[in-house]
Amino acid sequence: MIHSLFLINNAGDLFLEKHWKSVISRSVCDYFFEAREKAVEPDNVPPVIRTPHHYLINIYREKIFFVSVIQTEVPPLFVIEFLHRVAETFQDYFGECSETTIKDNVVIVYELLEEMLDNGFPLATESNILKELIRPPTILRSMVNTITGSSNVGETLPTGQLSNIPWRRAGVKYTNNEAYFDVVEEIDAILDKSGTTVFAEIQGVIDACVKLSGMPDLTLSFMNPRLLDDVSFHPCVRYKRWESERVISFIPPDGNFQLMSYHISAQNLVAIPIYVKQNISFFETGSSGRLDITVGPKQTMGKTVECLVVTVHMPKVVLSANLSATQGTYNYDPVTKILLWDIGKLNPQKLPNLKGSLSLQSGAPKPEENPSLNIDLKIQQLAISGLKVNRLDMYGEKYKPFKGVKYVTKAGKFQVRT
Amino acid sequence: MLSPWFLCRNEDLKEMLESNKESLKLEAMKRIVGLIAKGKNASELFPAVVKNVASKNIELKKLVYVYLVRYAEEQQDLALLSISTFQRALKDPNQLIRASALRVLSSIRVPIIVPIMMLAIKEAATDLSPYVRKTAAHAIQKLYSLDPDQKEHLIEVIEKLLKDKSTLVAGSVVMAFEEVCPDRIDLIHKNYRKLCNLLVDVEEWGQVVIIHMLTRYARTQFVSPWREDAVFDENSAKAFYDSEEERRVDQSKPYIMDPDHRLLLRNTKPLLQSRNTAVVMAVSQLYWHLAPKHELSIITKSLVRLLRSHREVQYIVLQNIATMSIQRKGMFEPFMKSFYVRSTDATHIKTLKLEILTNLANEANISTILREFQTYVKSQDKAFAAATIQAIGCCATNISEVTDTCLNGLVLLLSNRDETVVAESVVVIKKLLQTQPSQHSDIIKHMAKLFDNITVPMARASILWLMGEYCEHVPKIAPDVLRKMAKTFTDEEDIVKLQIVNLAAKLYLTNSKQTKLLTQYILNLGKYDQNYDIRDRTRFIRQLIVPNEKSGALSKYARRILMAPKPAPVLQSAFKDRDRFQLGTLSHTLNSQASGYLELSDWPAVAPDQSVRNVEVVEPVRLPCIYLVFKDNVKNFDAVSWPVCVSLQASSPVFVPETSHELLHRMTGKGLSAQYRFTRQPCIYGNSMVSLQLTLSNSTDQALENIHISEKSSTGQNIHRFNAIERLEPQASVTVSMGVDFNDSTQAANFQLCTKEDEFSVSIQPAVGELLLPITMSEADFTKEQGKLVGMNESSATITMTPENVSSQSVNRKVVSVANLGVIPSGQENIYRFSGKTVSSGSLVLVSVVLKDPDAVITINTEKTVMGSMLLRQVKTALTNSGP
Repeated sequence: MIHSLFLINNAGDLFLEKHWKSVISRSVCDYFFEAREKAVEPDNVPPVIRTPHHYLINIYREKIFFVSVIQTEVPPLFVIEFLHRVAETFQDYFGECSETTIKDNVVIVYELLEEMLDNGFPLATESNILKELIRPPTILRSMVNTITGSSNVGETLPTGQLSNIPWRRAGVKYTNNEAYFDVVEEIDAILDKSGTTVFAEIQGVIDACVKLSGMPDLTLSFMNPRLLDDVSFHPCVRYKRWESERVISFIPPDGNFQLMSYHISAQNLVAIPIYVKQNISFFETGSSGRLDITVGPKQTMGKTVECLVVTVHMPKVVLSANLSATQGTYNYDPVTKILLWDIGKLNPQKLPNLKGSLSLQSGAPKPEENPSLNIDLKIQQLAISGLKVNRLDMYGEKYKPFKGVKYVTKAGKFQVRT
Repeated sequence: MLSPWFLCRNEDLKEMLESNKESLKLEAMKRIVGLIAKGKNASELFPAVVKNVASKNIELKKLVYVYLVRYAEEQQDLALLSISTFQRALKDPNQLIRASALRVLSSIRVPIIVPIMMLAIKEAATDLSPYVRKTAAHAIQKLYSLDPDQKEHLIEVIEKLLKDKSTLVAGSVVMAFEEVCPDRIDLIHKNYRKLCNLLVDVEEWGQVVIIHMLTRYARTQFVSPWREDAVFDENSAKAFYDSEEERRVDQSKPYIMDPDHRLLLRNTKPLLQSRNTAVVMAVSQLYWHLAPKHELSIITKSLVRLLRSHREVQYIVLQNIATMSIQRKGMFEPFMKSFYVRSTDATHIKTLKLEILTNLANEANISTILREFQTYVKSQDKAFAAATIQAIGCCATNISEVTDTCLNGLVLLLSNRDETVVAESVVVIKKLLQTQPSQHSDIIKHMAKLFDNITVPMARASILWLMGEYCEHVPKIAPDVLRKMAKTFTDEEDIVKLQIVNLAAKLYLTNSKQTKLLTQYILNLGKYDQNYDIRDRTRFIRQLIVPNEKSGALSKYARRILMAPKPAPVLQSAFKDRDRFQLGTLSHTLNSQASGYLELSDWPAVAPDQSVRNVEVVEPVRLPCIYLVFKDNVKNFDAVSWPVCVSLQASSPVFVPETSHELLHRMTGKGLSAQYRFTRQPCIYGNSMVSLQLTLSNSTDQALENIHISEKSSTGQNIHRFNAIERLEPQASVTVSMGVDFNDSTQAANFQLCTKEDEFSVSIQPAVGELLLPITMSEADFTKEQGKLVGMNESSATITMTPENVSSQSVNRKVVSVANLGVIPSGQENIYRFSGKTVSSGSLVLVSVVLKDPDAVITINTEKTVMGSMLLRQVKTALTNSGP
């Protein structure tokens, strides 16, 4: 399956290599570099590259390319999914997955990669198990380790590896038993010039942070499970209970994990929380243009819209922008051609507005298409689909846990065409 | 090339490795691993590193393993020094150490140790720990790639491991099967149903591999479920002229799906809800290749869901959807909007989405799609805009209603400022006109009108070509265009000039009266052009069309050469031929066969023997039926084979008796009856509890409600109650699990079983053998422990054995059926040893049976003397009784 892994940064430096079978020369990455150059943008690099003797499957994450070398037929998604799991594990262990943290923790990274794959086939990918085999670094532990010479490698086989509950470690103990659930919904939408919705849907996830002692068996039920159209679950969830009773029944992993993700059925009309009035125009002569954007609340269910950010990818000919914002700050980066307007909280009484002129490269023809706007926003205490958690019950343990549910709505891929 | 600095560094490391301090060694190893990670050569340090292979420090040891696996191939002789360490570790009582020793040993790619590896694998394949067996499955592939000659032996091991019932092993052994002997389909037959049933509980990566393998298997073993529709179609066609009889024959054997085929489809379906995109894709391709067409729609939603995932996942999923959407438009049409392109998508994702939208287009939705395309054409990403134009062309040819609209739209694009857009439009218009050569004179006239405003040379050239090609359809306009071109000839670009010459030649042949002079003028201009290509072409054309004495036979055919009907270019999807590959594979993504690709066979015309998959239940080891009952009720509750937190190494029960005991008779229970049995599994509700399984049945004719165990327990035992059963339908029964802490005594547990109306006192009296859990230990440990538990902790008895009980099998079977004990492999033939521990206190219970023909001495050593003597009595009865 996976033969080797190379980590390459955005500048094209290969900074880590790991082989699970015979060593493959790093010159195989030349094919990748060739494709990388041709693609210009890192996002455009094809995920699967063919070379005379190998296949390279790569992902791009956190400004790092994870390039894996494959020799024989394998489902490409298998490799891609695994590489993302590796990146997530790094993030879990080191707080972020960046070139510096990987370089700083190269020994732990190597130990992790060694445990995650055996002969190219995934061995242990559950974070609960990995953490028992290889303890994540903390400042305190690294100090203790240097003084006492003790190691951060577990000596016994994690019990989870062997049971039918491979995602939970045994002997969990907390003084405060708590279980928190975050219902996070994202609105994906495309609005056209006139503000009508071309396409809109809601995707949601339930992130959990469960810190409960022993072997709790939890059941989460919804007030309106019928809203959920398509769901996918963490392996701990019992499919059969969901199919028959529409409740989520599971023995949770310890710590943070994503319990489920869902899609709201297309029959439901999606409430669009804001409207955008915009007017961007470029003049035929004088190499200049005008820009005028106003944002206002639409269907917010009485909540405030926060963290509102408008991003515009300007055409290449726009040299600079001379604008004034009634609220928040704006910034135009002439290199990446990105105009970023950070509005913050949306005040319905005084609508934020960004207005001014754009100067274009002289002599160049005016751009044909107006750039589209990407919107980012956040609404606390609201799940836009109306999904509500009904109750959380715990079986199997005696204590009373502390329970909490939080709702957040965010903009996903929210685009306004102009 | 070694710099002095590097040498010195290597020396430093060597010194550190040879020091006495563990921490220094560890530090050195960490630096070496850092070097390996950077791809630097650290092979020089091999002798110094390999010395530490037997280190006690587990982290140091692991790092040495990392190093060893990396460099053993280059330093074969030195690597051999470490082998004995691993051989010793293979016998270690700790399963983690056994497993990691096998992992490293099998990763050392040195041909000389092949026999040692083979032996180690064979041994590990029968190990009691499933984790070690999993490692053995991985080692099979490693050995196979090192020495393919071992294939036959390895297949034997695979065969053995395929029978394994642990979910941990299943994925790995199927992987080994796929790599070593994918053609030995016969090995799967007996394990097919087990694999289907285990699938939900196998870890994600194993699921992907098993699903792919089962897809291939099913295509060889079952008949096509698609025949249904085909037969139906044929029937209706035949009905007109075929005799009645024949039709009856056809209908008399309707398609019935093999239950095993159905089992596979049913058991994979829930996995569509997996969070792992590879699993979802695997199930989708299984349904695509195996399910009846009308069941296919369930995969659509899940596939569309995957589009929310990472960019790379989207790419693969979109490719597969593209292939599917060619054959089955209907599947994805309701989700059309999910394929709308965003300006932030990567280019390859944009083109794939376009491809799919084009495939989905039909009469009903074409207007929506075209409106969407209009936005894309204006995109700043010009490559994408060009692709959109091609997509419009495709839609136009596929759906005749919109051909004209599309053409008009494309003609408008000719005035675009961007060269690629114009060029692409002209090319697409050209293609469209060629496919519909009858009613295009309007468009050509229109293009001639626009011609003056179009500046892009490529577009001008293409239009001129069109004029020439269809000059007979526009007899008035073409000569006029030529006249205009004659005026501007000298100012035109080269490609335009070539086409002017071309147009002139064609017009000369069709309409020489009007254009003779013009053509000669143009040919004269071309003759003195600066570009030699144009001069060449002019000379060639002149010879061809203007007959003179030198031109010979060729000019006779001038008309046929220039005006030959040209084949219309075919506009078809790039994904048309991809369906020859199994979906979801690398070969499908690349559209060419990757090495190691396993062909999906066609359905057999007649199904092979179905009975090959029947499994006769002979092994008394865990009974699969029990397992399944469990599975349906409480998926993850069931076989937690390895208990949590035990100091002694526990193992799975050797034997699980099927006998149930009556808890409540239906007469006393007013129609509610209850039976219980001991599952002999570690209880998940508490470490000191005995796990029980209750089967409650309702034999009344009305539903019983709220069945539960009342809170108050009359005796002191700690009972974990099952969750109240809200409703039990008449004649239905339900199985629940509960745990009771018997406190290592055989005192009965009394409690109240309640329904909504009644309360029944019931009691569970455990046999002493059920208060134990099996553990494994080596023979030496057994003797050592036995030595500690003497005096009053020992009880023994001598019995006379019945002759049929003397065989080793029957002694083992008898003892483990009485008590939940583990069997210890014994070196002596006439001594049998069993070990276990009490559930509540965890005290050791050791049983040994020594045969001295015809007598036998049973000895039981345990701190719990009461239990010891009771157990002795039971073992005694079991061994003296004849019968099974």
